[in-house]
Amino acid sequence: MKHESTRRQFLGLAGSAAALGAVPLVTLRPAAATPASMTSAIRAVVGEATVRTGKVKLDVPPLVENGNTVPMTVTVSNPMTPADHVVSIHVFNEKNPQPNMGNFYLGPHAGRAQISSRIRLADSQKIVAIAKLSDGSFWSATTEVIVTLAACTDEVI
Amino acid sequence: MASALINVPKKARRGEIIEIKTLMSHIMETGYRHTAEGEVIPRDIITSFSCRYNGVEIFRADLFPAFSANPFITFFTIAQESGKFDFEWTGDKGFSDTASASIIVE
Repeated sequence: MKHESTRRQFLGLAGSAAALGAVPLVTLRPAAATPASMTSAIRAVVGEATVRTGKVKLDVPPLVENGNTVPMTVTVSNPMTPADHVVSIHVFNEKNPQPNMGNFYLGPHAGRAQISSRIRLADSQKIVAIAKLSDGSFWSATTEVIVTLAACTDEVI
Repeated sequence: MASALINVPKKARRGEIIEIKTLMSHIMETGYRHTAEGEVIPRDIITSFSCRYNGVEIFRADLFPAFSANPFITFFTIAQESGKFDFEWTGDKGFSDTASASIIVE
């Protein structure tokens, strides 16, 4: 009797473990961002314009213990005058379920082109910040982050 | 509003660049997590945040599931006139909340 119940428990556990393993694989794969989908998300924002490297500073800790809250600061070294200012800042990633992380819209009244927030990172990956200036040019910065505890996708509650 | 935390300097000199810090308590459910039964937990996030200074919009942000729970956003502005900052958060499931802070510019 005891033997039978443990066998049943074992089979039940194995079955639910298989189901748990299978479901995220099936449902998450198509949604996961890839370097290609990040590129297309960036294209959706910048259009045909070329994105140059520079002016933007993306501050994210290089080694992150907990991907659920990662402090992030984006600073653009550009004057904030009515004639020449930062219009918007866009942040992208390549391995979260979605390539877009956030869009921030500023103006000359901001005084300083700097924003801070806290983000989630699902994996060790590359993050790209792009700034749009009032003259229509785009500038970017890229940072590699190593995440030891990933956010969002692999937790089951 | 108890659910929002706003940090704006009480006083500033005219023309001074001031930092504004905001935090809204919200679960920011990504829509990518599952229950033990394998069901997807529906997305429930704040999708938009804006700040108006004496009625004029000075900052706006689009939020995605990549924002941490209790989204924290800081930004800067130039202190121009004494007055009020109005903050607004909107999101899924009809979420909407507001907060305000006043400043004295000398």
